[in-house]
Amino acid sequence: MLDAAWIIPLIPALSFVAILFFGKKMPRQGSEIGIVAIATTFVLSCVAAVQWIQRVNRYEGSHQGLGALGKSLMLSTQEHGAVVKPVVHSITWWQNGAFKFGIGIQIDGLAVMMLFVVTLISLLVHIYSTAYMKGDIRFTYFYAALSLFTASMLILVVAPNTLQLLVGWELVGLCSFMLIGHWWEEGANTNAALKAFLTTRTGDIGLMIGVIITFFAAGTFNIVGINQYALSPGADHTLMVVGASCLLIGIIGKSGQFPLHTWLPDAMAGPTPVSALIHAATMVVAGVYLGARVYGVFWSGFNIGDGGMNPMAVIGAITILIGAALAFVQDDIKKVLAYSTVSQLGYMVMGLGVGSWVGAVFHLFTHAFFKALLFLGAGSVSHSGSHHSFDMKKDMGGLRKYMPITFWTFLIGSAALAGIAPLAGFWSKDEILATAGQGGFELFAIVGLVGAFLTAAYMTRCVYLTFFGEYRGHGQPHESPKAITVPLIVLAVFSVFAGLANAAPLGLEKFGEYVEPKFAFPPVIVPTFDYGLAGASLFIVLSAIGVGVFLWFREEEMHAFKGLTKRNVLARGGYALLVNKYYLDDLYEGVIVAGIKGPIARASYWINQNVIDAVVKGAGLAARAIAGGTYTLDQDVLDAGYDGLARETGASGGLLSRVQTGRLQWYALVSFAAIGVFSLALVIFR
Amino acid sequence: MIMNQFLILSAFLFCVGVYGVLARRNGVLVLMSVELMLNGVNLNLIAFSARLHAVSGQVFALFIITIAAAEVGVGLAIVLLIYRNLRSPDLDGVDQLKG
Repeated sequence: MLDAAWIIPLIPALSFVAILFFGKKMPRQGSEIGIVAIATTFVLSCVAAVQWIQRVNRYEGSHQGLGALGKSLMLSTQEHGAVVKPVVHSITWWQNGAFKFGIGIQIDGLAVMMLFVVTLISLLVHIYSTAYMKGDIRFTYFYAALSLFTASMLILVVAPNTLQLLVGWELVGLCSFMLIGHWWEEGANTNAALKAFLTTRTGDIGLMIGVIITFFAAGTFNIVGINQYALSPGADHTLMVVGASCLLIGIIGKSGQFPLHTWLPDAMAGPTPVSALIHAATMVVAGVYLGARVYGVFWSGFNIGDGGMNPMAVIGAITILIGAALAFVQDDIKKVLAYSTVSQLGYMVMGLGVGSWVGAVFHLFTHAFFKALLFLGAGSVSHSGSHHSFDMKKDMGGLRKYMPITFWTFLIGSAALAGIAPLAGFWSKDEILATAGQGGFELFAIVGLVGAFLTAAYMTRCVYLTFFGEYRGHGQPHESPKAITVPLIVLAVFSVFAGLANAAPLGLEKFGEYVEPKFAFPPVIVPTFDYGLAGASLFIVLSAIGVGVFLWFREEEMHAFKGLTKRNVLARGGYALLVNKYYLDDLYEGVIVAGIKGPIARASYWINQNVIDAVVKGAGLAARAIAGGTYTLDQDVLDAGYDGLARETGASGGLLSRVQTGRLQWYALVSFAAIGVFSLALVIFR
Repeated sequence: MIMNQFLILSAFLFCVGVYGVLARRNGVLVLMSVELMLNGVNLNLIAFSARLHAVSGQVFALFIITIAAAEVGVGLAIVLLIYRNLRSPDLDGVDQLKG
């Protein structure tokens, strides 16, 4: 399966075509094609994961066996590269001169892990959508786009070179545009789709330049080759710095990092299953995946091994804090989750920045489960509890009693996100913080702890507003159908247990063993489990929840805080800053867009009106005069001539057609007569 | 070697053939007339071949005989189809290509 993994992206791609052409004729309007295709892909991904683990085990077994024979043998195996290499296959896609551009697969622990996550989340989203999107006007189209979305992400995941990665990257962007704007009848949705597309495109420019720079530095597009070059002592440090910075811009755009994170909350305009897919498994983690894939470039470009500070960690840290702070003032449950995603992606990017490769990838893994769970839970609430509204303050509250499954799974997801031991989020977050603390990035460990506090507090608020108190909506809240609750339960199970994949104190470090590359990979430090830090983070989380409960659950008794934002100038300023999302949207729309719209647009209008228009007008007038003359010539002279010619042709044709009697012997007679005449002429005139 | 008799016979045969092709209505008879014309030509070729001691005329005649056989096969098939469609072997009815 590892060698034939190219089939994994192919299946959903074919299913996209099949749904597009035959979906409408199927009894379930194409959803069954999508579900079967993704289920097959999921099974194949599981097989690939098992085979990868066996491959690593087999290698390690033989390695130990050799070690028992003696140290001389050990030395020789090390010389031959004592590492498990990724499975790389590629065929020539196109050729330019002597240079071949390949397309193919690179399967290693990271790719296998991503295949598993993407196909699992996608499968659950497919199942969930059968109920959630029931009766939608573009149901078939929705499933086709979901299939293409999954296929694009899988193409990106298995990419052996940066070019194929770029292709998958752009396809993912396109699909997210299609799906965010799924209900394009409303202008807001179209704008959100456009915003997502254009903002990520801004980052894509950085990525493209980064790909070009790494190509010219390393002389190859192959990811393994680029990493090898970046980590070799002869690597050009300047090129690596510039290349890493450009690639970082790509990550910032795609993974919603500060300052290009503004598209992510707007992307909530899409259907909720799409939000779950975008935020958990596909779109936004593509950036983090890129960072993990070409980690050598970042490692050597930003000198991550030396500790201190670097752009990647700083961007991630800023994103953690601003994302978490913004989540406090949202009334829309999906927006809370969106800003939470921004913040969690900040953890991943910061994790990469502080040298915690395993921590970042592990956090990507666990985050995928609980964030998908939370989004699907929010969708379930809006589907069955609040009449398709996402406003927590107006239409939710007290849903605990009506929707027990949704409530409990949502609570598990929130606890996992907040990082309560031993749920998934605790282990992955702790891994990042421990590495930051032990790798010379103490400041970032503190930022991470503050972020953990904020995360726990806003999730408490979100859970309180949605599920506790009195019901404020106007419908008949009830539990969602099975197609919605079953994916929730599956994800809840994963949210509880996924963290055990890499729980150091329990002796489980499978991520370091199976996912971390051993080949062309920087010497990242492996943190020892820090009970003090883990205890501190757990204490911080619990105290945040305590504060949250104190503030929101006992609202009636907290009159002192009520209306604080209206009375206190500082608090009001802070609130306004948060509600307006740090005025970043205003900066982008007011300053940049208006700057372009205002003077530049006016100037171009003036030039348009007075210069170009005059030229066009003059040309038009001249053309019209010439045209008038031509018209006369055309009508009275040429046309008459052609008319006459046509008439004569017709008449002579009619005359000649009389010869064509259709009778065979008449033709024969004419032929013989002609032969006779010509023969006579030959005899007479020769 | 007397040539005139051969040439007169061959010209006669050819003219009978031409007359048959032009004047006969029946498709089968037209085909037979074509055979007459071809054999007139063959006679002519062989006569000159004997006279000039050149073998190529006889080779030509052999070719013509072979191809005439094929031609008759195709021609008869066409006549048969005409008969099937029009219930008569007459060529007068076949004037769908009238201009």
